[in-house]
Amino acid sequence: MNEPLLFLPLIALLPFLGFLLNGTLGRKLPKALVSTIALAAPAASFLIVVHDAFLVWTGARVMPVIEKGAPVWISAGTLHVDFGCVLDPLSLVMLLIITGVGFLIHVYSVGYMAHEVGYWRYFAYLNLFLFFMTVLVLAGNALLMFVGWEGVGLASYLLIGFWFQKTSAVDAGKKAFVVNRIGDFGFLIGMFLLLANFGTLTFTEIATKLSENPAWTGGVLTATALCLFVGATGKSAQLPLYIWLPDAMEGPTPVSALIHAATMVTAGVYMVARTHFLFDRSPVALSVVAIVGAATALFAATIGLVQTDIKRVLAYSTVSQLGYMFLGCGVAAYSAAIFHLMTHAFFKALLFLAAGSVIHGMGGEQDMRKMGGLRKHMPVTFWTMTAAVLAIAGFFPFAGFFSKDAILFAAFAQGGLLRVLWFVGLVTALLTSFYMFRLWYLTFLGESRNHDVHPHESPWSMLGPLVILAALSVCGGWIGLGRFGEFLAPAVGVRPTEAGGGSTELFLSIVAVLVALIGWYIADQFYRAKPARAASLATSLPGPYNLLVHKYYVDEIYSFFVVKPLLTLSRFFLEWVVDVAVLGGLAWLLGGIAQLGGAILQRWQSGNLRSYAAWLALGAAALLLFVLMPWTSLLASIGIHVGMVAH
Amino acid sequence: MNVLQQSVPLSWYLLLSALLFALGVVGFLIKRNLITVFMSIELMLNAVNLSFVTFAHQWHAVKGQIFVFFVMMVAAAEAAVGLAIIIAVFRARATLAVDRIDLMKL
Repeated sequence: MNEPLLFLPLIALLPFLGFLLNGTLGRKLPKALVSTIALAAPAASFLIVVHDAFLVWTGARVMPVIEKGAPVWISAGTLHVDFGCVLDPLSLVMLLIITGVGFLIHVYSVGYMAHEVGYWRYFAYLNLFLFFMTVLVLAGNALLMFVGWEGVGLASYLLIGFWFQKTSAVDAGKKAFVVNRIGDFGFLIGMFLLLANFGTLTFTEIATKLSENPAWTGGVLTATALCLFVGATGKSAQLPLYIWLPDAMEGPTPVSALIHAATMVTAGVYMVARTHFLFDRSPVALSVVAIVGAATALFAATIGLVQTDIKRVLAYSTVSQLGYMFLGCGVAAYSAAIFHLMTHAFFKALLFLAAGSVIHGMGGEQDMRKMGGLRKHMPVTFWTMTAAVLAIAGFFPFAGFFSKDAILFAAFAQGGLLRVLWFVGLVTALLTSFYMFRLWYLTFLGESRNHDVHPHESPWSMLGPLVILAALSVCGGWIGLGRFGEFLAPAVGVRPTEAGGGSTELFLSIVAVLVALIGWYIADQFYRAKPARAASLATSLPGPYNLLVHKYYVDEIYSFFVVKPLLTLSRFFLEWVVDVAVLGGLAWLLGGIAQLGGAILQRWQSGNLRSYAAWLALGAAALLLFVLMPWTSLLASIGIHVGMVAH
Repeated sequence: MNVLQQSVPLSWYLLLSALLFALGVVGFLIKRNLITVFMSIELMLNAVNLSFVTFAHQWHAVKGQIFVFFVMMVAAAEAAVGLAIIIAVFRARATLAVDRIDLMKL
């Protein structure tokens, strides 16, 4: 009974308190106090998570912790939903990432956003995001998870459109929201299917019911899993719903780092891992997840090759890396996927924050073609960024090497036709290495291509988080998949394919590192040795180059096939038929009747006293006549008998 | 026994009452002077009083006669207020022609 307390709800509620304080009073509070509140909330949450992790580590508490007696939210008929939190290895890892990286990015933001007018608003939103994200992760049932799921979407929308005076930022926010709604629709349908087939939305109960019926596979489980996965493709920017993420770069850079790289976009991966018991029962759904993941990884990586905006390169890289995670999920290597999620959170947050530092130092410039030679001006940014580039490219012994290797090996171990996915992953690794080193060369090396600005190193409130994240990007993978998978096993199960080891894995690792080296070599040839070569290649292959520059025209295709028809339909049907013709006509009709009635009736209101009196007298006379008239006998005389007249 | 009932039939009284009432209505409608209009209203009121008294006597009910006293009392009060208003209107407009007093606002 006397188990030490875990304070799980507080992890979510403290950032919410921060949001309430800064959101309501922030405008009037001094800046220092706003920063204090905004930083204290995630710091306290992080400390609670560390405290919980320590309790688990010492064995004082045993995972999974499923809160009993949580407040009931909905109780209607057979549907019972409560606010119960769950702490298992999966949510613990996620919480450490979210609150830890989240806190670092809050610190960074203090420096990055220092001169913003909406300083308090920014931090209120950021705390709100942390609240919803922790709710998402802690939720013990699908509906509560959906609350967090929608909430992070809202926070993301608010932060993408943070500079709401900019049309492009507002549009990007709307795009993110609308595209996410499509995915959320899938999530909702998935939840309905869960409720219809299991009668509950609580994850543990669903898992129990599934384990009681070991023969139950495919069919409705496939449908449910696929619906949930549609939700994941929206939130985690997978094909075909990835289009919002690159545009989301309109938001402030720390937001891109926190929401659109490290945490929110990984919610889909987390959800798939959380509901892995469903996916495990459906080989079809797993294959779909794996194929979509691999396709997205390759697709986004190719677009990333030619982007010139430093943040957009990173955005496509994020889409691509998320594809890797889904590839991992799809081959049922959930712990490898979560492992990659973790290392990716480190190095991608670092990449974005370093890019933010570069943009800050360049006075807002985001075009890599106008950078170059920043190494001497921004040494700390340069070295931390280098660590991140090496990590994402997958060089030993950086973090990305271990996690990417684990996913590739899991894909390879599937054998058969699924080895195609491994090959796709390998090609993606090559492309990743190339575009990351391209970014690195264009930004930091060579000569400056823009002499109007005088780059300067960022303040230490920004560099501190960079250094910590760089350390994590270097060491984050050393724990190794073996131990990590063992730790996660109670939550996501362990697969024989993940066991790894042996000469095959060593061989595959060497291949992966070689591929990364090739990518580096090509980037080196193109952007350092002979800088003109890239341009000449682009002009010699105008077709493919334009295809990539225009991002495969996906936005245009969606616009033509979805947005335009809907807009036309809305214009014609909703605007002209419904609004103008039906509603407008009705309004006109009612107005016309009233006007006509008024025009007639106003004649009586002449203001002439005697005419009023005359009407009064006439009315009285008419009434008198009516009462005195022998109606019944009159009617009877023309053959109509009414009332009580008897014969 | 009852001289009145025997000598004059009921309908005569009612006819007189209706005649007086009609006179009042016509006077109200065609006269332009506010005081005359006011007197016409009094005429209608008393025409009704007459029919009240007639019926009260006819049915041997004293209530009708008491009603008449009430009506006369209210009419006296009303006449006082009405005349006061007429004086106020005359002061403001310098006329008592009802046709020209058709605006609430000055």
